[in-house]
Order: sequence, then C-alpha cells, then structure tokens
Amino acid sequence: MSATAAAGHSLETSTGLDNRKLLMWLFLGSECLFFGSLIAAYLLYRDKSVSGPFPSDTTTADGVFHPGLFDIPFTSVSAFVLLMSSVSMVLALAAIQRGNVRGMRIWLFTTAMLGLLFISGQAFEFTEFNHEGLSLSSNLFGTTFFVLTGFHGAHVTIGVLILLSLFVWSLQGKIGQAQSLNIELAGLYWHFVDIVWIVIFTVIYLIQPELKL
Amino acid sequence: MATTWEPREQRSGGLAGALRHMRVVAEQYNIWSWIATVDHKKIGVMYGVTAFIFFLIGGLEALLIRLQLAVPNGAALGLDGDQYNRIMTMHGTTMVFMVVMPMSAAFFNLMVPLMIGARDVAFPRLNAFSYWVFLGGSIFMNVSFFTGDIFAGELGAPDSGWFSYAPLSSRSEGHGVDFWLLGLQILGVASLASGFNFIVTILNMRAPGMTLFKMPLFIWMTLVTSFLIIFAMPVIAVALFELMFDRLFDANFFNPDKGGAPLLWQHMFWLFGHPEVYILILPAMGIVSEVLPTFSRKPLFGYPFVVFSGIAIGFMSWGVWVHHMYTTGLGTVANSAFGISTILIGVPTGVKVFNWMATLWGGSISLKAPLMFAIGFLTMFTIGGLSGVTHSMVPSDFQQQDTYYVVAHFHYVLFGGSIFALFSGIYYWFPKFTGKLLNDTVGQVHFWLMFLGFNLTFFPMHMSGLLGMPRRIYTYSDNQGWDVWNMMSTTGAFLIAISMLVFIANFIISLRRGEKSGNDPWDGRTLEWSIPSPPPHYNFKEIPQVHALDEFWHQKYQEDAEGVPIPVVAGASADEEDEHDGHGIHMPSPSYFPLIAALAFPIIATGMIYDYALVGVGAVILFFGIYGWAIEPATEGEEGHS
Repeated sequence: MSATAAAGHSLETSTGLDNRKLLMWLFLGSECLFFGSLIAAYLLYRDKSVSGPFPSDTTTADGVFHPGLFDIPFTSVSAFVLLMSSVSMVLALAAIQRGNVRGMRIWLFTTAMLGLLFISGQAFEFTEFNHEGLSLSSNLFGTTFFVLTGFHGAHVTIGVLILLSLFVWSLQGKIGQAQSLNIELAGLYWHFVDIVWIVIFTVIYLIQPELKL
Repeated sequence: MATTWEPREQRSGGLAGALRHMRVVAEQYNIWSWIATVDHKKIGVMYGVTAFIFFLIGGLEALLIRLQLAVPNGAALGLDGDQYNRIMTMHGTTMVFMVVMPMSAAFFNLMVPLMIGARDVAFPRLNAFSYWVFLGGSIFMNVSFFTGDIFAGELGAPDSGWFSYAPLSSRSEGHGVDFWLLGLQILGVASLASGFNFIVTILNMRAPGMTLFKMPLFIWMTLVTSFLIIFAMPVIAVALFELMFDRLFDANFFNPDKGGAPLLWQHMFWLFGHPEVYILILPAMGIVSEVLPTFSRKPLFGYPFVVFSGIAIGFMSWGVWVHHMYTTGLGTVANSAFGISTILIGVPTGVKVFNWMATLWGGSISLKAPLMFAIGFLTMFTIGGLSGVTHSMVPSDFQQQDTYYVVAHFHYVLFGGSIFALFSGIYYWFPKFTGKLLNDTVGQVHFWLMFLGFNLTFFPMHMSGLLGMPRRIYTYSDNQGWDVWNMMSTTGAFLIAISMLVFIANFIISLRRGEKSGNDPWDGRTLEWSIPSPPPHYNFKEIPQVHALDEFWHQKYQEDAEGVPIPVVAGASADEEDEHDGHGIHMPSPSYFPLIAALAFPIIATGMIYDYALVGVGAVILFFGIYGWAIEPATEGEEGHS
C-alpha cells in the first residue's frame, strides 16, 4: 500500500501536523513581518506630518486650529464588530467538528457579514477623512494611515471572499465533518487578521500623538 | 499518398497551417507535459534552464559594462551615462533575482524530495505556480528594455541600481523603476511560495527514520534558506509597495518635502538585503557540503557544527544590515554595534570553512570536476569573506564605501561563492537526471578557464577600488592610474564568457553522447543515488527506511576495526534493473491552473503602469485560476489505476 504523493490530505507526516495547517502557520508568520514593516513605517512617521489634516485636534505653529479626524467611538464599534466575528468563526468551526453542517453555515455566514460590516465602516471612514482633505499625498499621516489600514482592509476582504466561498461550497454539500480542516484554516487566517487589527487599532487610534497646543 | 499530402499541408499556410505546425512541434517535444507538469524534477529542470538563460543575459550585460570601462572615457563602447545606468541596474537585478535565487530553487526542486526519500514536494501545484510566477516576473522586468525608443538608443529599463535608493528611484522619470518594483514584487511572490513549500516538504515529508539530524546538509541549508525567504520577502514587499505608492499615487513615504525619510528605504532594503545575501550563499554551502564528502570518501567533518553554524548565520543575518549604511550618519553607537555583529557573523562562516577543509584532510580525494568547482568555491569564498571582514571595520569601510573594492568583495562571494558552487552541483547531479556523465576533461578546462577569468576580472577591482575608483561610474579619465586594472578586468570577463561556451558545448554534447553514468557514478552517500538515473516519475518504488546520516553509504559499506570502509556483502546496489512500473503509486495530476493563476501577475503589473483596465482583466484571470485550483482534485482518482 503506497501513500499518496500529494500529501496535502495525507494523515502521516513526519511532524504529525497536517501539511496545509503547517503551511498556514508559516504564511501567518510571514504576514507578521509584512504588517510589522507597515506598522514600523507608521510609527516612524507618527506626529511627523508637516501639514494637516491631523488625526487629533492640533494647533499648528501658525496659530491655525485643525480639528482632529478620528471618531474614536465609531471606530471602537467597528473594531468590536470585527472582534465578534472571531467568536462566530469559532462557533462555525465547533459546529462542523461536531458534524453540525447547518450550524456551521449559519455561523460562517454571520462571520462573513460581520466582516463585511467592518469593511463598510472602513469605507465610510475613508470617505469621511477624504472629505476632510486627507489623501495619500496630503501628508505623512495620510500616506501611512491609508496604506496600513488599506492593506488590513484588503486582508479582511480576502477573508470575506474565502468565507463566502466556503459557505457556497457547504450549500453544495462539499463540506462535511471530514472537511472541517478547511474551516479551521479559514479560521486561523480570520483570527490572525483580527489580532492584527487589535494592534493597529491600539497603535493608530488609542495611543494618540501628543497634542501640539 | 504521403508524398502528395505533405506539400499540400505546407501550402495550406496561414493561421491554420501555423497552428497545425505548432501542434506537431508541441507533440514531438511533448511540450504539454511540461506546461501542465507538477513533477518536481521537471519543474527543477525548467527552473535551471530558465535561470541559465538569464545568466547568459546578465552575463551579456556584464560584458557591455566591462567593454564600456575597458579603456578611459568609454572609448571602447561609447555608452552614455543613461544607457550604462540601465544596463548596470539590470545586470545586478538579473544576477541576484533571476539567476542565483532560481538556480538555487532548481536544486531545491530537483534534490529535496530525492534526498529526503519523498515522491514529490508537499504542494506540487504550488511548486508549478512558483516557477510560472518567476518566469512571468523575469520576462516582465526584461521587457522594460524595449519600452524606450530603442532605435534612438533609449532603453526603457530601470536606472536606479539594483538597490534603487530613494529618492533617486522614487523620482526617476519614465517607467523603468515601475517595471523594476512591480517585477521584483512578482518575483517575491514566487520566492515566498517556494519558501513555504520547501519548509513544509522538509519538515513533513521525510522518509521514516530520517530525523532532523539525519538529514543531508543540503536539506538543512535549504530549510534555513526557506525560513530566511519567508521572513525577508515580506519586508522588501512592503518597501516595494511604499515605493509604488510614492511613484504611482503620489504618496510621501520617501518624499523629503513632506517630511518623509529616504533613509527608511535603505533600512528596509537592507533589512531584507542582508538576509538575502545568505539566501544566495546558504544553498551553495549546502551543495558543497554534499560534494566534498563524496569526493573525499569521508563523512562531512563536524556535521552538527556545520548545521548549527548555518542556523546561527540564519539568525545573525538579521542583525548586520547597517554595515551597508555606515556612511549615512546613524552615529557612532549604531555603527559600532553593527560593526561588532558583522565581525561576529564571520565566526559561524569560518567554522564552516574549517569543517570543509577538515573534510578534505586525509580523504582519498578524487579531483573530478564537481570537486574542482567545490574547491574553487572554498578558496574564492574565503577571499570574499575576508574582504567582507575588512568592511565590518567602520573607519576602513568609510574609505571603501562605494568603490570598486566593494564590487570585488561581493563578486568574490556571489560569483566565487554561489556560482562556483552551483556549477559544482550541476557537474555532480547531472548524471542523476540524465543518466550520462558530463565530460570530465572538458569540465576541467571549463573550471580552469572560469577560475582564471574570474580572478582576472575581480581581483584587479580590489586595486582599482583602493585607488579610489567609484562604483557605478560609466567612464573615467586617463590620469587616475586605473587603466591597467580595468583592462585586466575586461580581459578576464571575456575569459569567463569563453569558459561558458565550453560549458554549454560540454552540456549539449554530453547530453547526446555522454558516457553512461549508471545510477551511482560517484559512490554517493545520500538517498538520491539509490534510485535509477534518470529517476522514475514516482522517485522511490518503496519509501526507504532511514537508519543513519549518509544512509545509502551505510547500506553499501561497513567499517572494520580501524574505520576502513568494507563493502557489505549483498549490500545495497543501485544498479539492479527496475521491473516495477509504478502501478498503484498515485502521483498528483497535471494541472493548468497554476500557470493560469501565475499569468495574472504580469498582466496586473502591466495594468498598474499603463491602463487600470488590465488590472481588472488580470484580477479576473487570477480569480479563475485560484478557484479552478481550489476545486480541482489534487490527485487522480483510484479508477485511473485499476
């Protein structure tokens, strides 16, 4: 009896870890460096913008007052939505591991919708900031803010696509208890994107630069 | 009948005729089996051939550079500064990203499954995807040459050097740097995919009994290299994205007018760039660590020390990047700290050099071409390593910064190191995949021509550099005292070119009429020599059970009381006829989806430069490729084997 060469689903590996799960962990490790570099650039340029608009209320040296852009309560709610989507992701995995396909479908869909809600919030925020005069080219804050949060948003969007694909495949009966690894891998990715948001939210919104008065 | 048929078919001409002709050619050479292949051996061959073609392209660029600099005032070739910058940029970029990295990837592909006793890599389709993305990115970047008004002598290639320092790069006019940054981004995707694949393959697909410390050294170095790739590539990816946003969307990352710091680019580039240096050299070290023991008929001296030195280099490579930036004004403390770390990284490298020397010591040495190239690596890399240590001294580096002394140093480690070792690997493993030996006499000629040409090219650069000749200049006046050194370098470069012709001739003739090698021509030590040459598509009829380091050697030999190897009676022999036809072994099915998904990247990149509509087209293709890939089963079903 010879083992399959494409051991993507093989049960016996040298470490005992499934190939695809190991791949996902390595990918997430690599992603840490990706977001780490973006966050480092944000921190380097924090409070270094030479012109407005600024994230929080600022009076520049020429005596002009710039109202801050951030709406902390709004962004906190959208961060909460994303955190809750991790809970529904856990419930989806727990459901399919018990063989409850219907429960999995419900929670997968919930997770995708919460992710979509978060993206909508981000789109709204980007539009608002843009109306206030913030763009990629306006100042260092605009450059670093849009690129960092934009790449995070792109990750959430890809996550939503993965979740909706899994949802459709489950409707076609392609995902049962035996395929629960698919849900687990999507979950790993989803939780990672959530955790990154916790860091970004803290770095960008909660640790405000010192006010120039 | 046939005679009346053939001319008519040719006469039919036009599109239909051309298509029919293409189909006949494709069938004759079995091209479809290559395009859809997921076999690690075929992908390895494609990687190797492609990398060698780019080696010739990068080599031609080098010859243009050397011709331009042969005599003062650029009198021999007469390039202008702009043309020179573009050729120089593409030479560096090509040699690093389209030659040494993919040539190493070729060896990963060819050797890793065979050496760990596996039938393929962990993700065969991802492997094919890596290759096609690499090919697309490389072609995309080289196409940039033709985007200028080429008949007016205007090349469109990038012009900011392979390091593309901002704001030189962020403000470079034309599309050259756009091609550079997008092309490099694509190549990064390919490297990342293969990095993930080989880590999983090595950790998860080893034959039973092959614990980590029974793995061949080449496997260890592949593992360390792959980890460096997956952690270093995201850093350059972010740097490239930042440069892209600055150039295409007017962002301010490297824009001093808005408070941006151009030094950020240097930090990020070298934070990637120094691990990258070890990505280029560790596979070479792995190859040499296989060749030296085989041709000395001794185990590798101090195996665990070599392994741990490789791991130590992997970690320390993250803490030395500022030695590329001593003169940027980071201050005495930073310079001293990184000076110390740079001296320290020489220690594990030195440990390896001594271990290789001790491996040769007292062995029964057979001076075949693979060993000649390995010894070439050992000596030349040591010279390059030592000139590297002189760069770690901050005051000394202030004198050498941006001179030809630096050019001499990194060519001694990258050409004298990596390229020599890669040729060693080609001579060593060629018989495994062709069943023929490369002619050894011609191989020796190749070695000596290349060795002399290499030293004639790059040793004088130490001199011209110490005499103050700056890098990246396209011409110099005749009163600097650099003339003789430059003429020597140019002569040497053409000697290297001749040695390549010798190699190509040897390769082609040996492939057709080479001496039959048998399965184990070098009395090898590792598992790949236990299977037929060329290997069947499933590699191993039965997955081997591993008991020791150098497993195949121990199957063939026992040691007597004095440690002299004695052949085992009825021990393993690689030469038995293989009657097994691979029934019941399920190999992954061919797939077009990796190619389709990979095709999307150059389309998207072209769209980023010229027309965003193409980005949409590329995104649709990518979407289609990935979904097709996800839905299609990886392995053909049971019924195919009944």
